[in-house]
Amino acid sequence: MTGNLSLALCIGVLYTVGTYLLLQRTLTRVVIGLGLLAHGANLLLLQAGGPAGAPPFAAKDGSAGTAGVVGGTADPLPQAMVLTAIVIAFGVSAFLLALAYRSWTLSGEDEVQDDVEDRRIARLEDAAAHVRQPRPEDEL
Amino acid sequence: MNDDLLRVLVPLPVVLPLLAAGTSVLLARRQVLQRALSLLTLVALVATAGTLLHLVDSDGTAVVQLGGWAAPYGISLVADRLSALLLLVSAMVLLAVLGYAIGQGVADGRRSTLAVFHPCYLVLAAGIAMAFLTGDLFNLFVAFEVMLVASYVLITLDGGKAQVRAGMTYVVTSLLASTLFVTVIGLVYAATGTVNMADAAMRMGDLPEGLRVALGLTMLIVFGIKAAIFPLFSWLPDSYPTAPSPVTAVFAGLLTKVGVYAIIRTQTLIFPGEGAIASVLLVLAALTMVVGILGAIVQDDVKRLLSFTIVSHIGYMLLGLGLYSVAGLAGAILYTVHHIVVQTTLFLVAGLMERREGTSSIARSGGLQRVAPLLAVLYLLPALSLAGIPPLSGFLAKLGLLQAGLADGSSLARVAVWAAIATSLLTLLAMTRVWSGVFWGPVAEVVADADTEDNVDVGVARTPRLMVASTVVAVVGGLSITLVAGPLYGLTTRAAEDLVDRSSYVTAVLGDGGGGTR
Repeated sequence: MTGNLSLALCIGVLYTVGTYLLLQRTLTRVVIGLGLLAHGANLLLLQAGGPAGAPPFAAKDGSAGTAGVVGGTADPLPQAMVLTAIVIAFGVSAFLLALAYRSWTLSGEDEVQDDVEDRRIARLEDAAAHVRQPRPEDEL
Repeated sequence: MNDDLLRVLVPLPVVLPLLAAGTSVLLARRQVLQRALSLLTLVALVATAGTLLHLVDSDGTAVVQLGGWAAPYGISLVADRLSALLLLVSAMVLLAVLGYAIGQGVADGRRSTLAVFHPCYLVLAAGIAMAFLTGDLFNLFVAFEVMLVASYVLITLDGGKAQVRAGMTYVVTSLLASTLFVTVIGLVYAATGTVNMADAAMRMGDLPEGLRVALGLTMLIVFGIKAAIFPLFSWLPDSYPTAPSPVTAVFAGLLTKVGVYAIIRTQTLIFPGEGAIASVLLVLAALTMVVGILGAIVQDDVKRLLSFTIVSHIGYMLLGLGLYSVAGLAGAILYTVHHIVVQTTLFLVAGLMERREGTSSIARSGGLQRVAPLLAVLYLLPALSLAGIPPLSGFLAKLGLLQAGLADGSSLARVAVWAAIATSLLTLLAMTRVWSGVFWGPVAEVVADADTEDNVDVGVARTPRLMVASTVVAVVGGLSITLVAGPLYGLTTRAAEDLVDRSSYVTAVLGDGGGGTR
């Protein structure tokens, strides 16, 4: 199977940028990052269907070629799968945006909130540090 | 006659809940009808799954080609012994939890969330059924999405701060796993030219070994995130405990097991006997068991503790798969059945405890066995079963796995077996901590919870009969696994034989040619 280099590079860039954005703390960036990753995955599916340019049903001479082979018909399956994946990603992105908005309404911050348990441990740590080191005014 | 029946029965577990979910949305204002519809649908689902299991066990794997498109091109729904068995157990658990949820909803009377709960719950059932029945990789992705979208709504049902925070973690992790899944489907399609699992299984042999192992491991990562295996589990104990009790219970029992099912199905069918993957599975199994249970021991919140035990016990199923023998796989399937029932029951009991005490913290509870002796019994039975005390189901499932592990004879398998035994003891320790903290000691005063970060409804000490009854049914269900252990182990052994000898599955899907028609 021959691949398309520009498409391959595009997929690579989308995965890279998507992964970078996913690792950010701001929820908006996470959402955009997931969107880019989904696009990269969709392009990858398309790439898996073989080279573009083949006729949709039958070749000009009327012969039905082999799927995915130059001169044969285009492979419809990856396109159907990409369409399904796009619809799913669209729906889930809408939900994610609503959730991010809800999170912003509740906390006033567009950031991933800390783990509850982490915060409890941090509080315990603070309290312990407090006991060990008396405040400057106590030392009088 | 049977063929016609099967043509209806195989797609029914997917179609029925989906149709009911649509109708349920229309009935949003008529709660009694909505409840009746959900109950009827799930009863029908149990009946369908039971019939399906009976037919498949006597006649062999049943296949329906959707829309009449022949196998490698269209989507096949496949019911073999493994999927029919897990479908039946899941349907029963869904039904028991629905009873619990209705009981809780009636008592608390939150109309708005309840109206959303029923359709989502049915969609979840449809997604789970589709994931078990599908014979197509891309359709498996769709099934996971159907299931996950319903679970996103259910986990954020209350819409409070804690739920949104946990829901965010859950949704983002699941989405990342889904994107990886699409990626690996694209790669499998590029390499083999098919997404039909049976067809891919046949074509995988032509690929170079390195590519096969790479694809197999990527797929393991995808389903590993869903199943919460060792390095990929940290989202689970963080997100599950914040959801309403019935939702957590059904997630704990079913969602991770669907991931485990997908791992078992793909690894046995598409990537069978890859030595490298089997060793990775055994190492991951040992680490998942030990790390998970060490996490559980130090928790103070009962629900978080139980969430860590889910992670830990996923390791047992991986152990059975990693051995890749009939005995190992039979043990893994039996363990999955046992764990679905027992883990769900424990979360249902934890929900009852929380109502009673007004908190899920072990430190702030106490003396519950004097106030609520029935609750103590309901907790103790599944807890001991989880730890593997004879003659409960956990013991039988673990025994099967340990025997299979020792029969394997490799040093890696022996290490994993020792890890399994240690985990079993540590599970007992974790369960005993809950017991001594919550049920023994002086009776704790039920106080308003100052901690707003957990979503405990204080002042609802009144526990509806329906909630208790559903929990009792679930506990009895767990006990009855012991009673039917002989036939059940026979069934899981036959299911495991099907998995090891792939030809029955492949022939059923692709017809007698076996090699595909393209």
